[in-house]
Amino acid sequence: MLRATDISRTIGQKTILNRCSLTITPGRFTAVVGANGAGKSTLLRIISGENQSDNGHIHLNGKPLEDFPNRELSQLRAVLPQQTTVNFPFTVEQVIEIGRYAHRTSDQENQQIINEVMQLTGLIPFQGRAYQTLSGGEQQRVQMARVIAQLWGGTYRGALSQPRYLLLDEPTSSLDLAQQQRLLGLAQDLCSRSFGLLAILHDLNLAVQYADDILFLKQGETVAYGAVEEDVTKEVIEETFSHPEQRLAVRLIRDQGQLIIVPQVSTRKSFITLNENRYESHS
Amino acid sequence: MPSVLTVRKSNSRTLTLSLLSVLLIGLLLSSLVVGAVSIGLTDVLRVAGQKLGIVADTQDTTQIVLLSIRLPRLIFTVLIGAALGLSGAALQGLFRNPLVEPGIIGISSGAALGAIFVIMFVSSQFPELAERFQSWLLPLFAFFGGLAATYLTLQLSQAEGRTHITYLILAGVAVAALAGAAIGLAVFYADDNQLRAYTFWTLGDLSAATWDKVSILTPLVGLAIVGLLAVARPLNAIALGEAEAFHSGVAVERVKLTVVLLSALAVGVSVAFSGIIGFVGLVVPHIVRIAFTSDQRLVLPASALGGACLLLLADMLARTVVAPAELPIGVITATIGAPFFIYLLKSTQKRRLI
Repeated sequence: MLRATDISRTIGQKTILNRCSLTITPGRFTAVVGANGAGKSTLLRIISGENQSDNGHIHLNGKPLEDFPNRELSQLRAVLPQQTTVNFPFTVEQVIEIGRYAHRTSDQENQQIINEVMQLTGLIPFQGRAYQTLSGGEQQRVQMARVIAQLWGGTYRGALSQPRYLLLDEPTSSLDLAQQQRLLGLAQDLCSRSFGLLAILHDLNLAVQYADDILFLKQGETVAYGAVEEDVTKEVIEETFSHPEQRLAVRLIRDQGQLIIVPQVSTRKSFITLNENRYESHS
Repeated sequence: MPSVLTVRKSNSRTLTLSLLSVLLIGLLLSSLVVGAVSIGLTDVLRVAGQKLGIVADTQDTTQIVLLSIRLPRLIFTVLIGAALGLSGAALQGLFRNPLVEPGIIGISSGAALGAIFVIMFVSSQFPELAERFQSWLLPLFAFFGGLAATYLTLQLSQAEGRTHITYLILAGVAVAALAGAAIGLAVFYADDNQLRAYTFWTLGDLSAATWDKVSILTPLVGLAIVGLLAVARPLNAIALGEAEAFHSGVAVERVKLTVVLLSALAVGVSVAFSGIIGFVGLVVPHIVRIAFTSDQRLVLPASALGGACLLLLADMLARTVVAPAELPIGVITATIGAPFFIYLLKSTQKRRLI
């Protein structure tokens, strides 16, 4: 398990994250949702070991995160960023191979793993292509292949036998509808292979579609945290996404066992009214 | 199947490097025979035989020209070319920017400042000291000048633990301008001899090569080359971004420090001995990437070999175009490099790589 307890972070006077706890369990998909600036990315950066928490602690497979050398840590957890640009003309395989950096495996074994991962992610047709010539969705799939390759196999101090974790930072923001489904489907597939998954998601419908557990964050505070079936309620969503000057209302529809979240039209109207008022007061 | 692929990949790397080595050896041999005094390949073989004790030693002019003038100059040129090409490649990789070269991040101007400090201030204030340690003081000050300027540039371009490329370029311009102002001030107070020495120094000059200088240059540049070649794999990961490299298990800050320190060492010392030779560090890594691959495991060694080849070629041109006089080497490399740089800018604009 990757367990974070009482994680906080303050920058200057501003509290970004306050006493946040969460557990990533192997075989389960955890989604983190919240408005912009709720502290989602900060949480992910702390769990990944990139940033320090002001207090609290994180345990990875029972061992404190700070006791892991970076190389060993990188064999157990990988991070997929929102988007990755490469300024030099790398090929698809070269990008995926970078995922093998933390492992002291032979070139042959690496190539074997690259082939397996390309198979898994459906990238075989892109073999030998230049990364820069791919579309945003294809590039993201290559990056997904890279982070999977990072967690695939491994021999460093028996790390192989331990559960591994994949953290996704808004992985679907630049993808179209079909690409979003494909990427998260792949993530779900990894869960069934006993990976622990955490994803920051902007789209609530995607979150409830794919996640097992869900964490609602608002201004660094936890609004709700638990299984999707129990914790996704109208009240929790409205509370999470409402601002003092603008309330959000949602409607929950259940269609053939699938939960669908629809933001209410009345909200948009009040938003326009608000703007018109502002405009009038200026003139 | 996979094993065949792997073998093919590492084989093509070996093949490319072997071909470049053959090219380098060819250029080395032609450099030995090209010059103001005409020497044939048979003379080269004869002198080699004499030195190896196979043929009787005659101590003739040909031998002196070859052993005391051309050979040290050759080694000098190869080392400096390799240092410039390799540092350029490593810095471009580190900063994830194809337009970076040692000059842009201040190494050259910092080294120039260090060098002119020794040429003018130390020579006039502490003549005995300068007399005794001239060949050590210059590279030492040039090295620390280059290091200080690069460090300052790097510090200025960092915010929240990350290096920002726009800040980097601007900081490099600012640091170079500052160094330029100090150099300008020194030039203002320089006498005619110092001025002439400095002007020629800024245009690059490989003719001052001696065995003494080669013996200083070899271990320092050698160290930098070995150290820089060792960071090829982490530099590949850094191409994706610093956070991504960290998440892949790379000790990012250590790699950064290694590349900056060793580049400052290699370029600082080279600049101190040869003056400013522009564009080798910029152009060579690009030729390698366009011709072969962006994999740093090839780009780094191939840029070292390619830098040596390009500088040897430029030096041959410098020595022969207006023989028996010599053109400054910087004029030749800039004549080849500047149009290529412009072409590069236009083509990156088209491909939207920046």
